[in-house]
Amino acid sequence: MTTMRMLTTGIRRRSAVSGSARYSAAGLIKRGITGESWPRAWRDHELKSSYDVVIIGAGVHGLAAAYYLAANHGITNVAVLDKGYVGGGGSGRNTAIVRSNYLTPEGVAFYDRSLTLYNTMAGDLNINVMFSERGHLTLAHTDSALRTMRWRAEVNKLQGIDSNVIGPDEIKALTPSLDTSANTRYPILGALYHPPGGTIRHDAVNWGYARAANALGVQIHQNTEVTDIVVVGGERESGRGGGGRVTGVRTTRGDIATPIVLNATAGWASLIAAMAGVRLPITTHPLQAAVTEPVKVFLPTVVVSGSLHVYVSQTDRGELVFGASVDPFATYDMRGSLDFTEELAGHVLELMPGISKMRLLRQWAGLCDMTPDYSPVMGFTPVEGFLSDVGWGTYGFKAGPVSGEQMAECIATGRTPKLIAPFALERFTAGQLVGEKGAAAVGH
Amino acid sequence: MLLVPCPHCGPRNAADLRYLGETTVRPDPSSADPDAWRSYLYLRDNPAGWLTETWYCRSGCRRYFTLERHTVTNEFRQSPLPFAKGERS
Repeated sequence: MTTMRMLTTGIRRRSAVSGSARYSAAGLIKRGITGESWPRAWRDHELKSSYDVVIIGAGVHGLAAAYYLAANHGITNVAVLDKGYVGGGGSGRNTAIVRSNYLTPEGVAFYDRSLTLYNTMAGDLNINVMFSERGHLTLAHTDSALRTMRWRAEVNKLQGIDSNVIGPDEIKALTPSLDTSANTRYPILGALYHPPGGTIRHDAVNWGYARAANALGVQIHQNTEVTDIVVVGGERESGRGGGGRVTGVRTTRGDIATPIVLNATAGWASLIAAMAGVRLPITTHPLQAAVTEPVKVFLPTVVVSGSLHVYVSQTDRGELVFGASVDPFATYDMRGSLDFTEELAGHVLELMPGISKMRLLRQWAGLCDMTPDYSPVMGFTPVEGFLSDVGWGTYGFKAGPVSGEQMAECIATGRTPKLIAPFALERFTAGQLVGEKGAAAVGH
Repeated sequence: MLLVPCPHCGPRNAADLRYLGETTVRPDPSSADPDAWRSYLYLRDNPAGWLTETWYCRSGCRRYFTLERHTVTNEFRQSPLPFAKGERS
């Protein structure tokens, strides 16, 4: 079955990367013997003066949108601009966890499509993304948390997602290093177990989309900062805002004429939107993460605790990757703090007292664009030709493939696909928020 | 760690305070339409630069106050209105 699926997707996508540039075991052996190097994954280009579509942000969302525009809709005159490098923002700073056990039916349907795309990605993009479907445990330490888990499990089951509530004995059997005794400050009462959840190598996902999109004709321009978006006919004095129409962007490498601009940035989404005269319901907070020195494999699942504000997984190299909730105040500053390290260590040791001798290797932060309802802002804006795929808070990476696919459809057809309709910017003026705080945030 | 200069208690760790975010102007309830209300509730400027924001000194003087902070460097400067509207004597 899997082979069949690989074969069919291989045929469907074979035009993406072909010839000697294709990654394969035979190529690996040949290059191992001859010492010949691999061709560059994607090429640099001169900036053209016009494109059909300009995508701002070369992270997983922007690159996936570019790839699906080319692969599914045949739109290849596309530029992806980034002020830094491919995958240098949230796409390369997250803790690489994927799952679909959300709380609202809209959220579940959306993230489940993303997991489906992650499942076949290695074949589709011809790159080893190291998807590890290891199972995902969300621990409950209070009665109210356990109630939310049961609620989520029922919503998930109704939509065909493998998700159920398990007790401390089963948790112990799955993950023996967790302290499931009743003698802790926050005893583990149960967990939401989601077997299809797991981890994936985020850099490979970024590079895979960049390489496949470039092979189809999309141009990726790194170190190209957008300094302004040109809008004409808007209702404000500056000619921007509602009723206006995008005609191009200004960058540090020259001006580009384009009828369509997709804002696929994280951290700077409000600033890019402000260039077009659009205000977003977003505040930017940093989220810190940390990694330990590598040890032998002992943690078989992804472990999340909402009450203790921590999530843990072990990489293939043996390092433990920790993440937490966002810092409590808005800032664009990505420095780490001692508060974070202390709180993290305390909470992790509460769950796994056995690792008290492990040392932290490093910590870092990424910027998260938080929305009031913990759901993204996707689709059209009041400015014609200016689309957004922003507000991804702390959960943007796992939604990358499906967002790219849906935004590409949105751009190509000019209509909002059903899957992303609930996440439109208008929901804030219509009062139809998609409350995902109970399942999307760690700190709830 | 962020040291927040409370006008009463002096510099305190941000963890001792509650952050209430960007200071916004509440529309007049008798004349505001739903659109204006929801813009007030949800839309934010979120600038990368000086931001006027409200803090609550929850483990100190328990007063609300307004400060200006640079969101890239995290420097503070005194806002012309150090205390929240209606509270200033």
